[in-house]
Amino acid sequence: MEASPIVSVSHVTKRYPGGYEALQGVSLDIDAGSMVFLTGHSGAGKSTLLKLLAGIERASSGTVLVGGLNVSSMRRAAMPYLRRNLGLVFQDHKLLYDRSVYDNVILPLQVTGQSAKDAARRARAALDKVGLLDREKANPISLSGGEQPRRCIARAVGNRPNSILADEPTASLDPETARSVMEIFRCFNQVGVTVLVATHDQAAIDQMRPRVIFLNKGRLA
Amino acid sequence: MIAWLRHHLYSLDRTTIRLMAAPVSTALNVIVIGVALALPLAGYVLLQNLQSLANGFATQAQLTLFLDRSAGPEDVKSLEDRLGKEKGVMHLRFVPRATALADLARSADISEVVGALRENPLPDAIIVTLKTNDTVAAEILAEKARSFAKVGYVQADSTWTRRLDALIGLGRSALGVLGVLLSFALVAVTVNTIRLQILTQHDEIEVSRLIGATDSYIKRPFFYLGTLLGAFGGLFALALVFAGLGFLNRDVSTLAALYGSTFSLVGLGTSDCLAFLGFSAALGWLGAHLSVSIYLLKTN
Repeated sequence: MEASPIVSVSHVTKRYPGGYEALQGVSLDIDAGSMVFLTGHSGAGKSTLLKLLAGIERASSGTVLVGGLNVSSMRRAAMPYLRRNLGLVFQDHKLLYDRSVYDNVILPLQVTGQSAKDAARRARAALDKVGLLDREKANPISLSGGEQPRRCIARAVGNRPNSILADEPTASLDPETARSVMEIFRCFNQVGVTVLVATHDQAAIDQMRPRVIFLNKGRLA
Repeated sequence: MIAWLRHHLYSLDRTTIRLMAAPVSTALNVIVIGVALALPLAGYVLLQNLQSLANGFATQAQLTLFLDRSAGPEDVKSLEDRLGKEKGVMHLRFVPRATALADLARSADISEVVGALRENPLPDAIIVTLKTNDTVAAEILAEKARSFAKVGYVQADSTWTRRLDALIGLGRSALGVLGVLLSFALVAVTVNTIRLQILTQHDEIEVSRLIGATDSYIKRPFFYLGTLLGAFGGLFALALVFAGLGFLNRDVSTLAALYGSTFSLVGLGTSDCLAFLGFSAALGWLGAHLSVSIYLLKTN
């Protein structure tokens, strides 16, 4: 049986004020449960495409469907509910330094109104999966470079999303640490989570052998 | 529904922790709000007391006709008959001079002075109560009564209470304007306080949005913050006003005792206090609502 696309992008263009076009007529489908790497040089449009999928930015033209929902025309009030089904891993990690690793990871669970008991259980399970359970009380500032993206992944998966969107999760990591982070993504993909990673880490691509989508100057190559 | 309640509890919890984590800043905000609220509240309480004091006196139009010393019982009867026929007169009461002197001695506590008098200097009097509070009608009747035989002097007794009523009304209006202005000030203070709080939580708001927080979720802790600051400010204002009344009451009681009265200033009742706290909390909520809505509108 053929898997249905969980992401469907059709003739999408993203034009920023000033006229710069980050994406030009991009069309692609991503099947549910697949693992896809989005690659290309800096400025190719990888991060822009992820932002369009997460509803952080809107397409100038074209259609962006995520889980059957049209993100490009979605009401702003509906956007949070879309994001609860997406696990977002940011290049700059977006950590809150006024609270512990555990409090950072439990935040999405509090946002979705989980009971304190369930939220605590899920947050600890997520930290355990990424190997940070023993660091739950630490302040994020004390985490090492390799631990930062793992904590970010733990936060992204707490709500059991059906897709993970990761933007350069291994940037500035040494090859060994980068490989361990990619292994975490593979683990989630093996249990059915769709994983879309924007990266220009060729070693990771060689290691994982995922489907690769190459972007060049805002166009599919 | 349960998730919604959890959000509220979580927001209240976070807000309380934040308020307690910065006690000096919290106390300063509460003091500013409290002082702004205390001014119109104190004015309101004083006017209420003045009103109740005024209510203790006759507010119906009343005339007192002081009779000539030569007026006899027949003259009194004749005057009563004549006054009784006047339109608008509701009630007549004759006060013999002896009764008037006895009342004076009793009410002003000057029995020794009165006892030392060789003769009663007071005249007989007829107190005329009118059916309405119409001061003009009272003045017309007073003018007419001045021409009656054996009438020495006519006094329109209720005029000054009416003037006091008018002054209280004016004070109430002025207080209303002051209250509105200070309410604006309170809302502005809250808007600014919440704006500063939002700036310190900018990262948290941004992250919360990215992980699926709704605007309501983001707004909620700030609503609690504004409401709590307003309520605590209101509580502080009440404390200031009650303390002020306690301080003033020592002097007021002393003054009232000199007039043979037990009058003292009274604060607000429980329901009024609760209504005031609700009002101040609502103003705090409004300030928070404005502040956070403007921020979200700008950043969306």
